[in-house]
Order: sequence, then C-alpha cells, then structure tokens
Amino acid sequence: MPLTFKGGVHPPDKKELAKGRSIRVAQAPKQVIIPLSQHIGAPCKLAVEIGQMVKKGEVVGTPGGFVSAPVHSSVSGKVISIGDFPLATGKLTPCVVIENDFQEEWTSLKDHPDYLSMPPDQLKEMVKDAGLVGMGGAAFPTHVKLSPPKEKPIDVLVINGAECEPYLTADYRLMIERPSDVIEGTKVLMRILGVKKAFIGIEDNKPDAIDILKKTAAGSPDITVCGLEVKYPQGAEKMLIKAAVNREVPPRALPMDVGVVVQNIGTTIAVYEAARYGKPLIERVVTISGESINEPANLMVKIGTLVSELIKECGGFKTEAAKVISGGPMMGFAMYDLNVPVTKGTSGILALPEEGLVHVDDYNPCIRCGRCIEACSMGLMPSMISVLSERGFYEEAKEYGLFDCFECGSCTYVCPSKRPIVQFVRLAKSMVKP
Amino acid sequence: MSDQNIADANKGSKMATDAKDASRLIVSVSPHLRSEETTSRIMWSVNAALLPATVMSVYFFGPKAAIVLAVSIVTAILSEYLYEKAVKKNITVNDGSAFLTGLLLGLNLPPSVPFYIPIVGSVVAVALTKQLFGGLGFNVFNPALVGRAFLLLSFPKLMTIWSAPTAAFIAMDAKTTATPLGILKEEGMQKLLEVFGNKLNLYIDLLFGNRAGSLGETSAFALLIGAAFLLYRGYITWHIPVSFLGTAAVIAWIFGGQGVLFAGDPILHLLSGGIILGAFFMATDYVTCPSIKMGQIIFGAGCGFLTMLIRLKGGYPEGVMFAILIMNCFSPLIDRGFKSKVFGAVKVKEVKQ
Repeated sequence: MPLTFKGGVHPPDKKELAKGRSIRVAQAPKQVIIPLSQHIGAPCKLAVEIGQMVKKGEVVGTPGGFVSAPVHSSVSGKVISIGDFPLATGKLTPCVVIENDFQEEWTSLKDHPDYLSMPPDQLKEMVKDAGLVGMGGAAFPTHVKLSPPKEKPIDVLVINGAECEPYLTADYRLMIERPSDVIEGTKVLMRILGVKKAFIGIEDNKPDAIDILKKTAAGSPDITVCGLEVKYPQGAEKMLIKAAVNREVPPRALPMDVGVVVQNIGTTIAVYEAARYGKPLIERVVTISGESINEPANLMVKIGTLVSELIKECGGFKTEAAKVISGGPMMGFAMYDLNVPVTKGTSGILALPEEGLVHVDDYNPCIRCGRCIEACSMGLMPSMISVLSERGFYEEAKEYGLFDCFECGSCTYVCPSKRPIVQFVRLAKSMVKP
Repeated sequence: MSDQNIADANKGSKMATDAKDASRLIVSVSPHLRSEETTSRIMWSVNAALLPATVMSVYFFGPKAAIVLAVSIVTAILSEYLYEKAVKKNITVNDGSAFLTGLLLGLNLPPSVPFYIPIVGSVVAVALTKQLFGGLGFNVFNPALVGRAFLLLSFPKLMTIWSAPTAAFIAMDAKTTATPLGILKEEGMQKLLEVFGNKLNLYIDLLFGNRAGSLGETSAFALLIGAAFLLYRGYITWHIPVSFLGTAAVIAWIFGGQGVLFAGDPILHLLSGGIILGAFFMATDYVTCPSIKMGQIIFGAGCGFLTMLIRLKGGYPEGVMFAILIMNCFSPLIDRGFKSKVFGAVKVKEVKQ
C-alpha cells in the first residue's frame, strides 16, 4: 500500500525539463530589490536608509511582530532606493533597493561545529534571526512553527520532500546534492522541537532522492525516509501528514493540533545553515523551467534578483511565453510583469507557451459530473461552491466548506467544463467572513 | 516615490522588455494546467459507446430504424440550434449533448413509429426539457426520457406497436408482436417460454436482441459493450448501474414469481426491457443524477425499486423511464443530504466524545 491520501489528481509532472540540471549559482545581479514583507504576518520595519552601505547578510528590516521574520541584504553594497515595488502577486510592497558592489563582503559568519549540542532555545533564536520562512511557497515564519503553545505537544516532525507541483525540481536537486545537510537540518529541528521521531516524505517519482536520503540517514534510526504515492497535492501539509504519519488535521486546525510540525526541504537546509554558521536566508534555489524557456535550470538565486534577469540567464524564451508563473503551475501566480524580485517563497519561475493554456473566460456550465468532488483532497464539493459563488450566494458557499479550501486547484484541473473554480472560491472568500 | 526611485524602477522594466513584451503576458488565477478532458469529449464518447447498440437496432429492424434514429438526432440538433439562435445564446450543438439526446430518444422508440413521432419527441426533449431550464447542466430531468414520456402519454397507441425483429435490411413491413415484458405482464411466464421455445433460447435472444422492443433496448450484449467502454474510460462509475440492477434483481427474485416468494427470474428482468440502457446510459446522466457517490447508490437503488414496482404492480409492462424520471426529482435533495465528508472532520467528533 503506497502512503497516500484520498482524492488528488495526476497532472503530467514535466520534471524532466529541469530534473537533470544541477544547482548552479546565478550571476550576481547589479542590484537587488528586497521586499520588507516576504512572509505571512507583520511586514518588517525598515532598518536602513538611502545611501547607507550594507554588507551581505546585514539586516535591512527588523520583524514587525512575533509572526514575522527579519530580512537581510543578499549583496554587499549601497542602499540606493526605498519604495513600493510590485511582487509576483502583483501586490505593491515596500522594498529596499541595494546596488551590488560585487565585494561579496559578509557581516559575520561563525562556524558552530557543536550546533547539535546547543540549547534548543538558542537554536530557535538563531533560526529566528536568520529570517527563515517556509520555502515551499507559503512563506510562514519558521520560528513560529517551532514555538507551539504548551497545550499542544509536538511528537513528530515531518520534512516535506514531496515537491508535488509539476515542473519544480529545486527540492529534488537539494535532496540529491546536499543529502547530509537535509539530515543535519532535520536533527536541528528535532532538537528544537524536542521530538524523537522524524519522517522525510518524498514522492515515489524521485527514487534516487529516496535512496540517497535513506543511506545518509542510516545512522539515525529516529529519522524515517518514506516514499509517498505520486499524486498532487501530496505536498500539501494536511495531505502529507495523512500520508506519512496517518493523522488527519481537523478542518481549520493546524498540524500542531495533531502533534506534527512540517518543514520543507529548502527550509530544513536553511535551518542547518542558520544553526551551523548563523547564515541568514539571503539566497534560495529557484527552478527556472517551462516549455518556453531555452535552458531550464535550477539556480541558487540571491533574494531580490529580478525574474527577468533569471530568464535572461536561462537563454531567454524559446517560444513566445504566454504565461510566466511564479511558483508551481497548480498554485503559483501568473505574473503581468517580469520585473519583480525573487522572494524567500519563490520556488520556481515557469514560462508556458500559449498552446495548451485554457483561457479563464472560456468556460461552460457545471454538468455536475462530480470529478471535482472526487479530486478534492479536502472532501469538499467544489462544484457547488463554484455554482453558488458564480450566482453571488457567498454565504451559502460557506456551508459547503468554502474556508476549508486551500486552493490546490485539483478541482479546476479536472473540470471538463473548464470552470475557473479556484477563482470562484477566491471571489467568495473575499466577499464573506470565515 | 521620488523621481530617483521611479528611474530605478524603470531601469528594471527595460530588462523585462528585453526578455519579453510584458504587457502581453496572460494573467489568471491558478491552476495554470488543465486536464485534456472536455464536456464535448465526454458526450461524443457516450455517443460512440452507443454505437454497438445502434448498429444492432438497424440490423434487427432494418432501414426504418436508421430513419427513426436519424430524424430524432437531426431534430434534436436543430431544436438546440434554433432555440439558442432565437434567444441569442452561444451555439453549443458541437458539444455532442444534443446529438446524444436525439440518439437516446431514438433508441427509446419502437421501430414502427411514423416520422413525426421522433420529431415531436426531440423538440420536447431538447427545447422544453433542456433549453427552457437553462441548457446543458441546468435541466432537472433527463431530456430524452421526458421526450419519450411525452410521446407515450400523447400517442399511447403508436408508442406501443412493436415490430418483430426480422434481422434483414429490406423488410419494410415487419409483423407486429408484443415485447417479452408485455407477454410476461399480460399472459405470464408460460406463454413467454412458448414463444421463445425454452429458457435458454429466451436468454440468448434477450442477450443478443432478437426480440421486440424499443430500438436500443433489444440487444443487451451490444449495450454492455458500450457500457464496458464507459466504465473503462471512467466516464461512468459502477455506483448507479450496480445499485440499479442489483436492487431490481433482488426484487425480481423475491417478488417476481407468480404468487410465490423467492421464485422470480432476475435474469429475465435484467435482460428485457430498457433496464440495461437505462442503468448504464440514462440514469448515469451527470446532470440529472446525484454527484456524490453515496447518493448515487441511493439513486440507483431507488430507480431499481421503482422500475420493479411498475413492472410487477403498475399498469405498464416497463417502468425504467418513469423510475429514472421520478428519481431525477430527488437528485438535488440526495446531494444535499449526502454532503461529501470533509477531510479530518470525523476526528473532531471523536475528540469531542
């Protein structure tokens, strides 16, 4: 029996485009645009001024609250501008623009070879100071996840190596290129949380990653590497927990309510780097892929690099790109401008040709075929939610679990009438209170 | 933003224009991938699944069958086209659903009907039952079945003249006879066995379609080939057909014998009449059946129960049509009653206890 959950879909995974490309460091940009809000929670408070010289890793924004994470400069150089710039979502966000002096001068990195014997609170503090957030896309501050309230004891850590979004290979490359960092990061997280058991869940379409992590984890019996059924959205927190440890997170509840904390592969490696060297999160692996990209790649990118520069570095567009997506094709954002910075949550940049794209205004009435109901991993009735939302019955849509939907897009993927169900869901969510 | 900032921002824009004219990017809500399945592909697949049954009907009833089917399909498509043209809606005849309604209606007619019968039936099915309710996806009742019900009530005599199958392409003047279910209802099992020789012959003739009946319901075998195709492609699931046929079989077995319980012949009941056509091709119509699998089982069981109620106790020899139409009314209610199970919801209850 493969480890899995109920529902889900099987979109073509398209990972072969970038799968074989090892991670290479992207060209250093002339300037970086560093958003002060790259995470869920309070935006950062500005900590620099125009004209100030900053070093690599220097704090440019301090946390604006508990649910927040500091941001750091990803280059050494001069702050040349502070203002509102659009991000991939289209939202205008306060940003700090830093001109790169190419000196690559770090603030201070210190090696702590004894990181596994440091007290958990100190490790957590290091994770917090490094500005770590969930790097799978949602960008929830990591230290908050690592600080569960006392009444919710955590007994299991789950590392998310599912990478179920088509095209994306960033986590895959990290797993096969830096397996020991994944395991070490897992150990640090286990120490912070005080848990005795960790699972690393990886979809079965990455057997080499499963093998190499199993070998690397051989000396740590409390870390289990498990292969999961290849099915979208296997990497969604609730589905991953169901598949890996067979616990169901109740509606509106969090993984911590069933004693689980989930961290993504990229985040786990960043945790290791933060604990070992005190390295802040100033770069990440981004998969640049899609049928319209000339040379797909997995790039180690400085936060704040413009998407347009990454596309240029990958040889530009092979065919005319109709859509450029930040993130995966199932949950990512279509960008209207390529002139936006990579943030901590940017897992991929995909350029797709017009061929095969479905235009949102080109849809038909619901024929009640029930495919979306079968596909919904949350057990909702997307058909009813979309029909009610289409007619403006937003309150009624709530009765069908509107706010339990996490917009994975499986329903919309399978809909034979090509209805933009996720769009109807978002519309309804914006019109009523939970 | 100061001028300097704007200049900085523009510096970035130039890079973007190098890579691509950003103003021409398509922006839409995720997901950006869609499956290849479309409504029209599903509809045309169902049409294709009915091909074996259609071929068998023409084989057994000759050119008349082909004419009835063609008139029915053409009228259905024309009704849809003219209605949509008249009310200035998008023309949707290409999606195959009007074709399917026409084909199903034709397959539900006796071979001997005059040409205006399929015309009236198709207009009622497509214009009244489907389009007046808002078109595909909005109709409460199965259009083809409403069309047939309308014809049965308006032209009771024409709709119950059954030609004997002749297995020939030239015979235009087939002699009339009763359907197996008609014989069973009026004269009983003994007579039925006399007509068909013995039980085995009866089963074989029912299976391959050598008997009187509506065009499409004669050959159970041809229908099952199409049904297997639909099941294989996942266009229908087992829930409705199995619960429909299963319920009917159990009731036929228990109450089907004359005056004796548990002496009925379920195989006879499953192979005759329109129950196979109904269970696999009509009750499974997405629009008019429940969308939740649990609800579909209730729906199918209801269809099976009502079919047998009409066959055994009602005034008509066959009850599939009315059974499905009655259950169609309950579909929205069933869906409401069987809301899908939300992920993790059961655990909450356990915690509360």
